[in-house]
Amino acid sequence: MKRVHQNLPKISTMVKRMADNEKKVNIPIGPIHPALKEPVQIEVSVSGERVTDVNITLGHVHRGIEWVGTRRNPIQTLYIAERVCGICNICHPMAFCIAIENAANIAVPERAEYLRTIFAELERIHSHLLFLGVAAHEMGFDSILHYTWLTREKVLDVVEMLTGNRITKGIMMIGGVRRDISDSQAEKIRAAMDYYEKVYGKMCNIFLDDKTIKMRTRDIGFLSKKDALRFCAVGPTARASGVKKDIRQDYPYAAYPDIDIEALTPEFLLKETRGDVYDRVVMRAIEIKQSIDIVRECLKEMPSGPIVSEPVLQKLLFNLKQVQGEGVALVEAPRGELIHYIKMEKADAPSSWKIRAPTYANLHVLRTMLIGSELADVPVIVASIDPCMSCANRAIIADKGALLYQEKLRELCIGKTRRLRGATK
Amino acid sequence: MTPIFIVNAFGLMLLAILIALILNGVERKVVARMQSRIGPPILQPIIDIKKLLMKENIVPETAVKWVFNTMPFVAISTALVFFLYVPFAGQNALLKNQGDLILVLYLLVIPPLALAIGGFASGSNFASIGAQRELVLMLSYEFVLATIVFSLSWLYSVTTPNMPVFSVDLEARPSPWLIVGPFGTVGILLLLITSLAVMPAKAGKLPHDMSEAKTEIADGALAEYSGLNLALLYITQALRTFGFATFIVFLFFPCNIEQFFGFDPFFLPIFNFFFFLAKVFAVMFCSVFIVSAVTARFRIDQASAFYIFTIFTISLFGLLLLILDFFIGGQLYALFG
Repeated sequence: MKRVHQNLPKISTMVKRMADNEKKVNIPIGPIHPALKEPVQIEVSVSGERVTDVNITLGHVHRGIEWVGTRRNPIQTLYIAERVCGICNICHPMAFCIAIENAANIAVPERAEYLRTIFAELERIHSHLLFLGVAAHEMGFDSILHYTWLTREKVLDVVEMLTGNRITKGIMMIGGVRRDISDSQAEKIRAAMDYYEKVYGKMCNIFLDDKTIKMRTRDIGFLSKKDALRFCAVGPTARASGVKKDIRQDYPYAAYPDIDIEALTPEFLLKETRGDVYDRVVMRAIEIKQSIDIVRECLKEMPSGPIVSEPVLQKLLFNLKQVQGEGVALVEAPRGELIHYIKMEKADAPSSWKIRAPTYANLHVLRTMLIGSELADVPVIVASIDPCMSCANRAIIADKGALLYQEKLRELCIGKTRRLRGATK
Repeated sequence: MTPIFIVNAFGLMLLAILIALILNGVERKVVARMQSRIGPPILQPIIDIKKLLMKENIVPETAVKWVFNTMPFVAISTALVFFLYVPFAGQNALLKNQGDLILVLYLLVIPPLALAIGGFASGSNFASIGAQRELVLMLSYEFVLATIVFSLSWLYSVTTPNMPVFSVDLEARPSPWLIVGPFGTVGILLLLITSLAVMPAKAGKLPHDMSEAKTEIADGALAEYSGLNLALLYITQALRTFGFATFIVFLFFPCNIEQFFGFDPFFLPIFNFFFFLAKVFAVMFCSVFIVSAVTARFRIDQASAFYIFTIFTISLFGLLLLILDFFIGGQLYALFG
């Protein structure tokens, strides 16, 4: 009782705190927050429930992958490229391969191009289904989360059947792919596509008709066409604002030149394009349909022939060692335009490797979308650009503003390990 | 305050906690099955509470400590005292002569209020926002709740002359459906619908769980609570759901099973108990289980507008129909034979 009495005057602090709530409060969303699937710090200033300012800090999952890649030969790096991101692990190795092929002038067999396209589109289906689930989870609609992730299992099963793995597929190879698709496997892919046709119909029913989804996503997180162009938004984020921009259409790679492909906007299903969160969600559902059609067409048109230009790895490595030149690859990842740049200087390892992930481009529009919105909408808006932090983190900034690159980080890591081992001795 | 009363009261409270937690487990299981998941075991809430009681009770440095630590006790004690005033399992309330419906309404308000105060006292921004939302939501639905209670009380005051209208005595209270005509039945149905619509907000469940929205404000007012405090608040949340379902059952379905079937008087309390549980389950199934499986979370402004405009209008219509039924219903029915 005495303790209670001593602390009593502090209730004035509490009353003051309640009164202060109308003033600006900084809410840190992240680095660790239930709404975020990967660490990123989004510091939101709110007045009441309205967002007045946003500050985004990146770099919590920086692993120095590019640095590692410039110390290994290209085939070893291929597997590291695959581990840039847990979701886009077809498009990263594919972009890496295309960049090296461009630098070394390697011609990829036609069948391999079609196989790459099929894998890329299967990846897009699974990534978009994952996104739809996450978006629903952010608005508290867990039934849809469980439904979409349940249907996503099917495409993961197909990928496992084709490559042997659900997630890190290990299917890309410089100059082609590593495994072929047999006729019986093709039949199973077709069956899966029929299944997804049905899923797409159901998704359309859910997302076009459900009232609560519309309540939570309509008319929030606006991104006008002008802003999308100004900040160079990419992928579904830009397309949902009405920018007809798609690498598969503009700079086709793999088998896309053979396929009639057009950048879609939400007008495919809706009457108008508003550029809000709802449009971005519907955009993903539309692209699932597009991917289904592409996979079907690829299976139909796929020519026979070899699947890799140089099956002997030693020979390939030897050839790559002679290469002097640069290569750039543009790939339409599920989240948008992905750029890999490679420079080879007649050495074992590439002398330079640079990744520009789609999330990096899309994070710039986040501020525009968030300012003026309600705090309750922040997670939905952030999720609507489908951020992929492990793709985007290419450098880390320490407290004092100093940049920490891989060398320094490695030193720190080794120092910590030594400390720990010293402590156990 | 006889010893017997104290034993009864404690027994009742323990039983209420047990049923509330098991119903919470049932809810998680049923919703999981609706979402094609396997779901946790039905006793999971009790396991959770056991775990929380073993955990350290962390008080943040910025918190107003005594408020922060007191509020969980205030919340759970009021949520438990509530069961002393409302008929439970077909039996009359232990304190039926000491309290009335107005008191019960207040007891229903205190747990969320205590949670909000605890949230403000915790000094976390997430908790403050959660507490604000809780208060705004409360202001929106309390008015509807008052309308429902007063409409029914008015009905009793005009149809059952000698009855104390706010009484919580089960015997004095006939079923509202039996004392009205067709118009009144529709009116009571509307009132029932509104009270079912208030249920998710009262229980802090989807689509009105914005005060503890996990993906938005990291559990809101609960954000800083841990250990014993969290265990108490967790039980309080379960009791709020169960308590409000009991309240709806009392208001709209006060009948016991002996009015429908004859039973051996010795076993009657047991059958009444299960009949009561079935009624509570039905209320929770319609208003919480299904709703939380098929909706997204509302924003606080949407939820507020939903209660103040839509639901309040429906409850006013209900009252209007009751009034219509009493004043001109008799003549109308006579007119049409």
